[in-house]
Amino acid sequence: MGSRRKRVNYAKWGYIFILPFFISFFIFSFIPLADTIRYSFYEYYRSGIKEIGPNFIGIANYIDLLKSDMLKYAGNTFILWMIGFVPQIVIALLLASWFVDARLKIHGQQFFKVVIYLPNLIMASAFAMLFFTMFSTNGPINSILSSLGWIKKPIDFLGSVFGTRSLVGLMNFLMWFGNTTIMLMAAIMGISPDIFEASEIDGCGRVQRFFYITLPLIRPILAYTLITSIIGGLQMFDVPQILTNGQGTPDRTSTTLIMFLNNHLKSKNYGMAGALSVYLFIVSGILCFITYRITNNDDADGSKAAAKKAKKEGRK
Amino acid sequence: MKKKLLSMALVSAMLVGALSGCGSDDAKKGGGSSGSGGGDTTAEEGKVINIYSWNDEFFKRVNAVYDQVDEVSKDGTVTKLKDGTEIHWIINPNQDGVYQDKLDAALLNQADASDDDKVDIFLAETDYVFKYTDAEADVALPLTDIGINPETDLADQYDFTKVIASDANGVQRASTWQCCPGLLVYRRDIAKDVFGTDDPVKVGEKVKDWDTMKKTAEELKEKGYLALASYADTFRLYGNSISAPWVTQGETVIKVDQKIMDWVADSKEWKDAGYFDDTVKGQWNDDWNKAMGSKSKVFSFFFPAWGIDFTLKPNWDGDDGMWAVTNPPQEYNWGGSYVLACRGTDNPQHVKDIIMAVTGSKDNLLQISKDYLDYTNTVSGMKEAAADSKTYASEFLGGQNTFEYFAPVAEKIQMAPLSAYDQGCVELIQNAFSDYFQGKVDFDKAKANFETAIKERYPDITEVQWPE
Repeated sequence: MGSRRKRVNYAKWGYIFILPFFISFFIFSFIPLADTIRYSFYEYYRSGIKEIGPNFIGIANYIDLLKSDMLKYAGNTFILWMIGFVPQIVIALLLASWFVDARLKIHGQQFFKVVIYLPNLIMASAFAMLFFTMFSTNGPINSILSSLGWIKKPIDFLGSVFGTRSLVGLMNFLMWFGNTTIMLMAAIMGISPDIFEASEIDGCGRVQRFFYITLPLIRPILAYTLITSIIGGLQMFDVPQILTNGQGTPDRTSTTLIMFLNNHLKSKNYGMAGALSVYLFIVSGILCFITYRITNNDDADGSKAAAKKAKKEGRK
Repeated sequence: MKKKLLSMALVSAMLVGALSGCGSDDAKKGGGSSGSGGGDTTAEEGKVINIYSWNDEFFKRVNAVYDQVDEVSKDGTVTKLKDGTEIHWIINPNQDGVYQDKLDAALLNQADASDDDKVDIFLAETDYVFKYTDAEADVALPLTDIGINPETDLADQYDFTKVIASDANGVQRASTWQCCPGLLVYRRDIAKDVFGTDDPVKVGEKVKDWDTMKKTAEELKEKGYLALASYADTFRLYGNSISAPWVTQGETVIKVDQKIMDWVADSKEWKDAGYFDDTVKGQWNDDWNKAMGSKSKVFSFFFPAWGIDFTLKPNWDGDDGMWAVTNPPQEYNWGGSYVLACRGTDNPQHVKDIIMAVTGSKDNLLQISKDYLDYTNTVSGMKEAAADSKTYASEFLGGQNTFEYFAPVAEKIQMAPLSAYDQGCVELIQNAFSDYFQGKVDFDKAKANFETAIKERYPDITEVQWPE
């Protein structure tokens, strides 16, 4: 009897050893999460040093947020993300397909891989600080341009909507294209070389090969990249925050959702900030669900779905 | 079984490791030392005085003038007094509200903290001192409660510093060693080039009020110079002489003062006329700092004593003696660090002594003026300093005695009572109208942006009223 029990007991060590993670997750992630949701239904902030609330006020915070400029900031966030993401995915696809192309035989591949990944290692805030200094009206970029004789008056990059948004986009692009390239390279390398060979024997050109073979076959990873980038984009904060000194200038056109959230946290307005977080949570949750469906679907070419459909039709 | 115990021990060790991260951190912040002489909590004074501040300003001044100081630890975190009591310095930077966050957390925890962890003294700047002197919040002790009678003990202080240090009922709850009247600081070489003289009296004549200064700005512009760096430079002159507080006690309505609207109108006019440096947007940024360099075309800045020392001097890359001070077009006060005694302190006697030593003793204050160039909070002492050009000559300003110019300004300063919303109002109104000055938004949009921003910052604000 004893020996039998002992054998069964082996499994529990596994649980015991993963227990610390679950306990710390519960304390440091789950409880705050539950609290955030709970407080979003309360009026709870600080006025000076005095604490107001928590008073239960139902969904008033949610309604107030919808009445505020939240959707405008969501729009800002989306625009800033797009400016960074479009060039990022294009360049990453191009680089990835070049790097894995057996025929191109690029020398020093490893070196380039490291270099394009490097910007990702810099802290976003330090990166933004650097750009802020470089592109300030008396900064080095303006002095270079004027000493080259290209401009007469310094360009006020951060004073215009176009300038600020482009800079934020540029920074996000620089920081993330290396990461995306490496991910896509892995995806392309996962495609069986047989397919490429077969296509070449059939007389497939390089462009055709890219559009008809590479792209369709890396679709799941591409979708994954897209969704994770959207979720990352939703949480865009440090780059525009530092670049515009937390003001989202000019005229709040570079205020992102999280900067808006941060404005509420200045007065420790946990209620309003909580409600905003819940909105973001729901949107991210939906996006996660979509990613999950896409990545867990091993039916990349759609054959299973087709078979299912056929079966269904057959039943009718 | 042994293995089981061992692994249980390992697991718990991991857990403790994971959890202790936050705990030990808090203990450090509280500056808690339960070590030597800890348990002694009789009716006597506590053994540890905790002082919260955002830089080493107060630290240096206490160590310099408080006669009970025995020695300062090498890392600058502990000052030992002669009777064995220790002052623990808890310093958090002001940037991004870090200091106030940490201080607020400590104050909210004050009632539960052990005696040695209680905050005894903390500092606050003019912009947010009211948050703490507020009678309703009641975190700072009225000075009378610790045995200081402001009317007799602090009779020599400037009246406006007492206004700043008082709650809405006029009860003084803070005291300062520093008084921050501001002056106009100008470049001598530019003055010579444009006016033919760099004499402070003659230049002062040219900037004696806003209308005259505008004409002077035009003169400077014709010669290719700029009167001031940016619209933010003039803000304190208008913003600190408002007639009523931003928010009346007990109300939740922000009343924008006419003075602020004057600042908006004048700044727009000056900006469009080209009297400001177009590349400088606001203060405390790289462009602003560069405007103080020798290559800049900017003629003048508005600064109190600390500004000349901490801001202008490090940014100036030319020789000493190229700058001079003169009277500003309008008297103003800018900044000031206030010392507050915290409710719940276990060292009332020491707290009183320290506050008196640093803010209420004329000799000590004159000493501070000599050593640190502060314009200190003693009316009679500053009069002496103004007359004593030998001791107080500033090398950086070409041998000028700045006290001579500060003293008349300090006497004329009128401060409106403060409100707990000042810091946000001052910051956000400048941000909102910055876009307007640069032509990014129209006037009404700038107003709307201010309303949005202020309601975000202070959720209890219900309305913003603009002057007619």
